Amino acid sequence: MPPENSDSKKAHSSQRHSEPPLKNLAAALPVETADSLNEQATLETALGLDESNATNRELVRLPKEQPRNPDELEERRRSDVNEWGRSEHMREIARRVYDPIYRRWFRVEWEGLEKIPPGGALLVANHAAAIPSDAPVIMHGIETELNRPVYGLADDFFRTIPVVGTLWNRLGGLPAHPDNAYRLLREQDQLVLVFPEGTKGPSKTYNERYQLRRFGRGGFVEIAMRAGVPVIPIAVVGAEESMPTLFRIPSVARALGVPYLPVTANMLLAGPLGLVSYFPSKFKLKVLDPVYFDVPADRERYSRSRVMDESEAIRDHIQAALYKMLRERRSVWFG
Amino acid sequence: MASQPPIPIRLARRATDAVDIDPDGPRRRVLVTGLGTFWGGRVAQALEANPAVEVIVGLDTTEPTIELERTEYVRVDANYSILSRIVQATRVDTIIHTFLVMDPTQMSQRAMHEINVIGTMNLFAAASAAGSTVNNVIVKSSTMVYGCAPEDPVWFTESTPRSRPPKESIERSIEAVEGYVRDFAEDNPHVNVALLRFSNVIGSELETPLTRLLQLPVVPSIFGFDPRFQFVHEDDVIKSILFAFDNDLPGVFNVAGDGLLPWSEVAALCGKRTVALPPIGTGWLTTPLRQFGLLDLPAEYEGLLKYGRGVDNHRLKNFGFRYEHTSTQAVEAFIRAVRLRKVVGENEPSYRYERDVEQFFRHSPAVRRDRRQA
Repeated sequence: MPPENSDSKKAHSSQRHSEPPLKNLAAALPVETADSLNEQATLETALGLDESNATNRELVRLPKEQPRNPDELEERRRSDVNEWGRSEHMREIARRVYDPIYRRWFRVEWEGLEKIPPGGALLVANHAAAIPSDAPVIMHGIETELNRPVYGLADDFFRTIPVVGTLWNRLGGLPAHPDNAYRLLREQDQLVLVFPEGTKGPSKTYNERYQLRRFGRGGFVEIAMRAGVPVIPIAVVGAEESMPTLFRIPSVARALGVPYLPVTANMLLAGPLGLVSYFPSKFKLKVLDPVYFDVPADRERYSRSRVMDESEAIRDHIQAALYKMLRERRSVWFG
Repeated sequence: MASQPPIPIRLARRATDAVDIDPDGPRRRVLVTGLGTFWGGRVAQALEANPAVEVIVGLDTTEPTIELERTEYVRVDANYSILSRIVQATRVDTIIHTFLVMDPTQMSQRAMHEINVIGTMNLFAAASAAGSTVNNVIVKSSTMVYGCAPEDPVWFTESTPRSRPPKESIERSIEAVEGYVRDFAEDNPHVNVALLRFSNVIGSELETPLTRLLQLPVVPSIFGFDPRFQFVHEDDVIKSILFAFDNDLPGVFNVAGDGLLPWSEVAALCGKRTVALPPIGTGWLTTPLRQFGLLDLPAEYEGLLKYGRGVDNHRLKNFGFRYEHTSTQAVEAFIRAVRLRKVVGENEPSYRYERDVEQFFRHSPAVRRDRRQA
């Protein structure tokens, strides 16, 4: 549509709506239409009756509910689940439960947290451990250290698991859809965490640890460009050893309809409990320099080669940082 | 298809002649489909109060259930085989297409297909026939067209494609309808087409599969899922159709109240407990329950009870539309209506359509239709 057209419409109708609030909804909203059209609401029927007793001849005349003033859309909610499904109440419980794990078990250490700028930013990290331990660490860490919520984008497979999917959503997880990321970053200046390796990261076996997989098709770069926000790479050391995958059983995974089915060292040692218990590896996270893209936001498409180049550069950057951190690491358990 | 002889249409010339109108303003001639349904009836009723509307012709297979003053009711068969004659004869300039079945529990798949797909096809064939005077079309569609899948975004915008191809017949049917709307808009660039997609409608009067679920003694949910639902109040639906009519809105618009409510919260607002259905084999369990009439849960709603659906309502708001209800308030209005009904019972309006009487009031010279005197 031509923009001037929509503007004039907007002006016209906002003027219309600034008139006194509607008083009567007796006959299913005609009043508003009539009001706006020169008070010509002479709603007399052919019978010569006026509308108040003509529209409905009910035994008991029920008064219609009065419409409220649209400016006061006050709400009485029963829960604090926000528009993304995140609940601050659930988050608070999770923080209390998770904090000891974060501080005592993984003994998380951050470096360069000050590099996260105010405003929207897309956090990008390497992804590891059969049931990834890095997402909660990053989300909890930034939330407690910087006092900012982090929305984690995950494979939509998560959402199909009963209880887990709902919990994940209440704790700030979302299906990885570009629309979700765009809205959070562009319109709401939030922090969004994404793992561009996708399931290829956590599904890799222990002998391939800290070797980054392909960064998808660079979709995360495109999202950041479109939203006009920087990408902030984060290198995570420690997640790989918290739940190392020894081997995978692709045939069973296919039969169960899951993306991958790992057999982890934790399972061998603790049986089914291994699904929920991590080894106490020492976590070190390093926030790398933000990457700003010098392109206009809100474009329909961006140069594919540029997107792939940026994606590859960020991947290399994280990979190099990981190697550096691993060279300096003396022990898996003590850092 | 000619089982019922079409009723000859005589326009209420005399009645409308007497209406004092703005001589500068264009007078509009409107065709409303689905006059006998909740939506068509209420839209026609609201249009009658609009002096800029010269003629209102309402089509349906069933008689209107609310009293209308000057709307001309024409009984047609479900797929409007005589529609092009009606359009030709009445020279309508606006078609408001509300006759789309969104509740698959109320009729067979075949009947629904006739009404939705074939009806829409004939409607647009008539509207785009040579010599057609139609230059405005408003279609009432549903956000069901976005489908419901785990990979969905939290908020669908008007341009977000659905994640998976439609499986259920109702979704396929709505998609086919929207396909006709798109084709029509493309082939007739001079016609202004507004496609309004309504979210879950709730309110004091309308009955939908969701309102039936919420009136059960316990509200069914699916174990381990707490999807988030968006609602739109029935008054906001009518208001948005009239808004599209008044402002000649172009294009596709989501119509839904602000905010998404977890299903558990909706049940809590209604003062109901939820009872969890198993997440696997839900259909196996609900089919026998449906057979016994205990639970009317169409297959489309199983997906919805897992993943929910949210649509972005900013586009319509940016054109200046103001909602009177958020999602929560729409549910609250529904609850208040249910409470009242519990005490005073169903308050059925006693109106019954009598053709002869209606014809008399509209066309008899004995009836004085001078509106300015009162």
